[in-house]
Amino acid sequence: MNIGYKNMRRLKHQSIVLACYILAIIFFFPIFWMILTSLKTELQAISVPPLFFFEPTFENFSIVQERSDYLKYATNSIITSFGATIFALIIAVPSAYSMAFFPGRFTKDILLWMLSTKMLPAVGVMMPVYLLADSAGLLDTKTVLIIIFAMMNLPIIMWLLFSYFKEIPVEILEASRMDGSTTWDELRHIVLPLSWGGVASAALLSIVLCWNEAFWAINLTAGDAGTLTALIASYSSPEGLFWAKLSAASTMACAPIVIFGWFCQKQLVQGLTFGAVK
Amino acid sequence: MRVSFTKALQAPSIILLFLWMIVPLSMTLYFSFMRYNLLYPERSGYSGSLNYDFFLTDPALFDAVINTLTLVGSIIFISVVLGMGIALLLQEAFRGRGVVRLMLISPFFIMPTVNALIWKNMFMNPVYGLFAFISGVFGWPVVDWLADLPLLSIIIMLSWQWTPFALLIFMTSLQSMDKEQVEAAEIEGAGFWPKFRYLTLPHLYRAIAVVVMIQAIFHLSIFAEIFVTTGGGPGYDSTNTTFLIFTQALLQFDVGVASAGGVFAIVIANIIAIFLIKTVAQGMAK
Repeated sequence: MNIGYKNMRRLKHQSIVLACYILAIIFFFPIFWMILTSLKTELQAISVPPLFFFEPTFENFSIVQERSDYLKYATNSIITSFGATIFALIIAVPSAYSMAFFPGRFTKDILLWMLSTKMLPAVGVMMPVYLLADSAGLLDTKTVLIIIFAMMNLPIIMWLLFSYFKEIPVEILEASRMDGSTTWDELRHIVLPLSWGGVASAALLSIVLCWNEAFWAINLTAGDAGTLTALIASYSSPEGLFWAKLSAASTMACAPIVIFGWFCQKQLVQGLTFGAVK
Repeated sequence: MRVSFTKALQAPSIILLFLWMIVPLSMTLYFSFMRYNLLYPERSGYSGSLNYDFFLTDPALFDAVINTLTLVGSIIFISVVLGMGIALLLQEAFRGRGVVRLMLISPFFIMPTVNALIWKNMFMNPVYGLFAFISGVFGWPVVDWLADLPLLSIIIMLSWQWTPFALLIFMTSLQSMDKEQVEAAEIEGAGFWPKFRYLTLPHLYRAIAVVVMIQAIFHLSIFAEIFVTTGGGPGYDSTNTTFLIFTQALLQFDVGVASAGGVFAIVIANIIAIFLIKTVAQGMAK
């Protein structure tokens, strides 16, 4: 009887493990297939039945770099995602600090209003932004992307920082104020060190969202300031038949952020849930 | 003195976001009442409600709204159910769980455009795609996914991307569940369903709210996936409101009509936003 129960448990455990492995393979398979295709020749890439074993070639990667200057787009992606994130943080850290420790009557309403600006569909304001950027001579520049990305992520960053700062006991700040520390000291030596994880997760989330942003990147840039999302979109048109090269370009576009995400998944979760789910 | 200085620190974020909202919004509102087509710059001036009439009587609008709601609803439903199921399975400790977790989470970091192209070319292509190959092996009829089932194809792509997101959130939320409570319930002889219904689900409430709110924000304006795969077609079968306005604005160069559409999209988004913020965000701000 006892043995039967144990066997049941074991069977249950093994089937759960099996299910997990199968699900992981299913979910990861498209990425695996993309990487595999990037190592094929064009002919192998469209062969029926699909090839699993073949002599890998790294030719596609060098062709993509040569043909569309991958490095330029990658640099643009890095500059815009990191630039926008730093810009947003510089604005958000003092604001969130002030809202968390010196809340006014409307602080909560202001925070909700900030989140509601995220709901403004980009397409609803596309023409004005396009025309404004055009008249300022900012079309197809990294500057315009940095400004827009920063504004897009500012509400989320504000929320995150606010909820992380809120967790710092006010007593610590009061004690330091007794010792005569200035606002700047307080922020730099107490608030930021204590909420470092929160600030980092807000930054990480913002970087991932900027990296993958497609709407503005496609509509406001052309050759000069195009990010990797725009590069990939350009491969979807007639050239898109070259699957091996497309896969190579895609692999190169996603690898940095996927690896980045793997390293940071813990912080990211805290970031994504506004610090609410721990 | 000091308090007023620290209060002033709030100003930059508020002012910048206010400008980011109000300037384009008022311009959109203004354009929506003007005759303004980039192809015919000589036609200008006040047009009354002409743009709205044009946009609102567009036969495609109804389809686009239905498609938008279908997309938002079904992607959220699939990702929440699947994500929660997988998160529960992953509570079991086993060798290689770390790798399994990384593999399951990876799709979330894939660019929307890449996501769309992988599925479009390598899976859903009716000649060379893997789905066609699998159908062939089993002797099933070959489906031209993007032409025959465009909306379902886009739902598959986005669910693949966003289920990992839901999974991430649920996984972390489950970690903080009160283990003693669960054990107590097990000793009392509670099976899977009662445990799920009365312990897990209430615990996950907040996480579900977060997942639904963030996904709603993003899925209301799905663009890249449609742009690189179906282009809204065939016909208007996979056009959502975002894409409809995009075609008005960029393909027909009609700023006036596109702005009227923008105002419409903003109104829809706000109805949903008010609902979501009331139910979700208010609780989280506490």
